[in-house]
Amino acid sequence: MHPKRILQTSSYYPKKGVSVILTIAALLSMVVVFSFRPEGSSITSKKPPFTQKDSIASKKAFLKVYAVLMSPRCMNCHPAGDIPLQGEDSHLHLQGVKRGPDGKGIYALKCANCHQSHNLPGLHMPPGNPKWGLPPANMPMVFQGRSAHQLAGQLLDKKRNGRKSIKALIDHITKDTLVLAGWYPAQGLAKPPLSHREFVKAFNEWISKGAVSP
Amino acid sequence: MIGNSQDLTINKKKYKADVSPDMPLLWFLRDIVGLTGTKFGCGMAQCGACTVHLDGEAVRSCVTPVSRAIGKKIVTIEGLSENGDHPLQQAWAEVNVPQCGYCQSGQIMSAAVLLQEKPNPTDSDIDDALSGNICRCGTYLRVRQAIHTAANIQKSSVSNAS
Repeated sequence: MHPKRILQTSSYYPKKGVSVILTIAALLSMVVVFSFRPEGSSITSKKPPFTQKDSIASKKAFLKVYAVLMSPRCMNCHPAGDIPLQGEDSHLHLQGVKRGPDGKGIYALKCANCHQSHNLPGLHMPPGNPKWGLPPANMPMVFQGRSAHQLAGQLLDKKRNGRKSIKALIDHITKDTLVLAGWYPAQGLAKPPLSHREFVKAFNEWISKGAVSP
Repeated sequence: MIGNSQDLTINKKKYKADVSPDMPLLWFLRDIVGLTGTKFGCGMAQCGACTVHLDGEAVRSCVTPVSRAIGKKIVTIEGLSENGDHPLQQAWAEVNVPQCGYCQSGQIMSAAVLLQEKPNPTDSDIDDALSGNICRCGTYLRVRQAIHTAANIQKSSVSNAS
């Protein structure tokens, strides 16, 4: 058979009329797709910061995060003053312990003088963690007394959040053993209102949906 | 059991620690070694009567497991000075600080850390350092006075030596 004849009859190559129709259809579909792109977004932007921006869902997620951060297990070590807090009522630390420059206490009252690397058994025994302490004096990262709006803003501000990027912030709340210690409280102390898994999920949702402050 | 290879160094002497690793250091000091100058108060790190030095820090020995002290330098009130003449001990006698005396070894051990870190403490420094050492007799004003006296003794002994 002549090669030209083979080409014309091959099912791999559409006839001229069909290819024109397909080209028009492809162009129309591109027009439709681009007409529905989100307002304000740029097709050429390399890294959109938030993949599914939704301010209502973001705020709602942060309120869950806020409930955890303001629970005694988190807030007690993020006091407004230089004295840590204790117990379910977040009273001032009974021994009059003070933050000190590095957050580890001062003189004869350093955190590790009583707090061991682990919880001790029994009611009213000191809870423990190898990193037990407050944020340092030059970056106190106060939770106590902050509104949800204020705390959300603080968490996103590198000048007030321990110089953490969003990624470092997520790593911190996901993996830091001192954060996780909140979910392994000493005997007689309550856990935060969400599980750690739910907390991390809510935190990620807050960020991914726009990191919007309530 | 910790095992024979583990030693505790207390007041410059070595002791075998063939005890449970979670035994409170206070138990080891008092019941095994016989150093009874360190007192049992509350057993939960709230009163400071059991304060000893662990590598220079004023730890509460009633909640410190023996395992934490392995390889570290422990000093009790008996080892604070060779002849009982540490500036704080001299000042304590001079000011006649103790009433019942039960909390005094803890007070002195905490004050010793303060003087190491702040040789000329203010009243506020003293309060910050010793507010965790509770005295049921209320000797706080004499404690404060004695620490100032000790700071002066320490200062003059340093200047005499140099």
